[in-house]
Amino acid sequence: MALIFLFMYAPIALLIVQSFNKSKSRGRWGGFTFEWYGSLFSDESIIEAFTNTITLALLSSLIAVVLGTAACIFLTKLKKRTRSILMGVANVPMLNADIVTGISFMLLFITLRIEFGYSTILLAHITFNIPYVILNVMPSYRDLNPHIYEAALDLGASPAYAFFKTVLPEILPAILSGGLMAFTMSIDDFIITHFTAGAGVQTLSTKIYSEVKLGIKPEMYALSSMIFLAVLILLILVNRVQGSSRKAQEEEV
Amino acid sequence: MKNELIHLNHISKSYNGKVVLDDLDLIIHENEFVTILGPSGCGKTTTLRILAGFETPDIGSVIFSGKDITNLPPNKRQLNTVFQNYALFTHMNVAENIAFGLKIKKQSRSYIEDKIQYALKLVGLEGFEKRSVNNLSGGQQQRVAIARAIVNEPRVLLLDEPLGALDLKLRQDMQYELIRMKNELSITFIYVTHDQQEALTMSDTIVVMNQGYIQQMGTPEEIYNEPENAFVADFIGDSNLFPGIFVRDEMITIDGVPFACVDTGFGTNKPVDIVIRPEDVDLVPCGQGTVSGVVTDLIFKGVHYEMCVDVNGREWVSQSTMPCAVGEEVDISVHPFNIQVMNKPESEDEEAVKTDD
Amino acid sequence: MTKTRRISGFLGLPFVFWAAAFIIIPLLMVVWYGLTDENGALTFANIAAIAQPAHAKALLLALLLSLLATAVCFLLAYPLCMFLVEAQKTSNSFLTMLLIVPMWMNFLLRTYAWQSILEKTGIINTFLTAIGLQPLRLINTNGAIVLGMVYNFLPFMVLPIYNVLEDIDKNVINAARDLGANGRQTFLKVIFPLSLPGVISGITMVFIPALTTFVVSSLLGGGKILLIGNVIEQEFMVAYDWNLGSGLSLVLLLFIIINVVVSVISERGEEELRRRKSDAEA
Repeated sequence: MALIFLFMYAPIALLIVQSFNKSKSRGRWGGFTFEWYGSLFSDESIIEAFTNTITLALLSSLIAVVLGTAACIFLTKLKKRTRSILMGVANVPMLNADIVTGISFMLLFITLRIEFGYSTILLAHITFNIPYVILNVMPSYRDLNPHIYEAALDLGASPAYAFFKTVLPEILPAILSGGLMAFTMSIDDFIITHFTAGAGVQTLSTKIYSEVKLGIKPEMYALSSMIFLAVLILLILVNRVQGSSRKAQEEEV
Repeated sequence: MKNELIHLNHISKSYNGKVVLDDLDLIIHENEFVTILGPSGCGKTTTLRILAGFETPDIGSVIFSGKDITNLPPNKRQLNTVFQNYALFTHMNVAENIAFGLKIKKQSRSYIEDKIQYALKLVGLEGFEKRSVNNLSGGQQQRVAIARAIVNEPRVLLLDEPLGALDLKLRQDMQYELIRMKNELSITFIYVTHDQQEALTMSDTIVVMNQGYIQQMGTPEEIYNEPENAFVADFIGDSNLFPGIFVRDEMITIDGVPFACVDTGFGTNKPVDIVIRPEDVDLVPCGQGTVSGVVTDLIFKGVHYEMCVDVNGREWVSQSTMPCAVGEEVDISVHPFNIQVMNKPESEDEEAVKTDD
Repeated sequence: MTKTRRISGFLGLPFVFWAAAFIIIPLLMVVWYGLTDENGALTFANIAAIAQPAHAKALLLALLLSLLATAVCFLLAYPLCMFLVEAQKTSNSFLTMLLIVPMWMNFLLRTYAWQSILEKTGIINTFLTAIGLQPLRLINTNGAIVLGMVYNFLPFMVLPIYNVLEDIDKNVINAARDLGANGRQTFLKVIFPLSLPGVISGITMVFIPALTTFVVSSLLGGGKILLIGNVIEQEFMVAYDWNLGSGLSLVLLLFIIINVVVSVISERGEEELRRRKSDAEA
């Protein structure tokens, strides 16, 4: 147990240590420094890659959430057979190997003569994000009491009002976790981005990959450590809040 | 009776080729408590959903106070529904649930506040405004669902098996509560259930449905005492249901044994169905009754005993406050007035109906 | 009714369009490129190219290493999950977090960090020489690649196995003990068969990314060990021979399809089981 934990986290610890290493060579400890955390912000290419990564993840997960949620509503209304076929198709990017998905996009964009860049990455990311949204939202939407929507109509609400006031709040947690999952997948993706990015646009992943041969700049360690710690703290906080609100609810009962 | 309010005008509905309602024609009056009663799959819930506007009939129309509302969407109808599993909005508290419809109608805040207080008082939940609906008991959720519907001042309240999820004691209490609320509100209640006891207790009119047809419609007394066919007789209450021969007016035979009855006009020597309620089967000492048998079972049921008597291989059920021992030889006597004669079912559909209720 | 159906059809339209344009058509393009030469003429040469020694070697090596990595993942994950379920201390969300949190460190960097641990002057060898042992050749070996695969894909094995193990009704286990099964028999006859759907799902989720990876092998294999993924990646990004790359991908696709079919069959089985269970409860 502890060994597996060590196995999972040792490389991460190492990367964080590296970010404070004065020596640019990763093999040698040259003393403690915050230097890289400062110079990071003046390195335009890193900042640009970071911005690209974040905006791509935000946009792609947002669009995937809208498309995926609409798809869930659509899919539950279908006959079982049609539904399972469409679900199967929707899941293809999740089941398929990333490399095959990546080259399939590359061939599509080549054939359509679409120039590789930000928008091609975005299209690809939306596509592989949709199944994660459906995966999360579908069970929640199916479990939803269908009478809730009807009750709202019955009380005089228009279909749109009924959806936004009653259905949406009920499935919101599932939508959020689906969106978060999609966001994570998008941030962490390298392979599909690698095949759809072209020369002009870089994300953190493609930038790291291109630097591997020459040696990764220490600013990259600094940035990654910052992201990692920020997310860690955020997750712990969310867990705390959820835990305490659950406790509060139990006490109310 | 009173003014006609709703007319379900020769309605038919089928799903994927399966007929759910077949030429249903039903008139409901103002301020009436109508119960649609039947086994699951009889079409009762579909009827309610057509009334509420969640379904559109394939053929026929819905007339509401003289106007055709067949294609009017549910949010434009003057009816409100209490759903089977309440369908409360779990992300809102009690007051927000009740205010939902009023906010859509853009009522003033003070009006909404008054209405919430009035409704909570009516359903007996004063002081529950700020409570989360998740923390309420089944009975309380039920009351919130009713309050949420009635604040909109519907002319008709539709209730879809609203007591189904409650335990027996609570269910009985809520039956009285519903009657009280109906009287206080003076509106029409249309109540759907498969529980015959509920139907008999609360209704002005009972509509017994099976396989998309109305089997019988009438007051609880009519339905119970004069079932029109074997399905109704079997579904409402316990009954002895026998095949018999209508020999002539006021005379039938069951398994060849003649019984006097009061029915006339079924023809001569015609096969019919006979219903005798268990409480009308009198067990008397040997030699004093019409036919003899042996007691095979004795069960104490609380108010009365229930006995099974074997009469030449046919089982008669009798209910009485006086027990007879198992193995005892008894005679059976039935007052002619208590023998109910019914025509044999005409269609194969009805023939197929053999419920165990 | 008709109106809501129309609305949901309208909602489905973008999704159906999207699935056709960005899932089905791109895959058909791979098939098209794989079955034609650079002039657009139909050919099976691109697929047959898998038999060339270099390609066949890359495929076989990838199969070997990914199977090995899958086996190691399974052997690590199963006891871990058993331990976690029995300990009952960890909540599901905590475990998920433990496994998901590393994903927030870029996986290239994480894999790259293993270079620092394994290389000639890396942490392990520094430690070994410090205590007077001979340094080992760790980096740029098949072993290093398997380690990288296990490291990256272990969570995909842990989560499904943990979920099925947690779902097993404790009374079923108690019943087995009650009926006289010892610990080993209970595990072999009851627990393991019940957990099989999770195991299969875990295996399929590890095997495919491991089989098709080119990142792990290029980071930890020093560019000298080529897996089928590296071959395809180079055809696309270096040699620009999209037809050959697509043809080789079609071979990979065959494995993926087999994999998906296996997981679908096991899922069916699981659903069947669940249905029977709920029938029994009703």
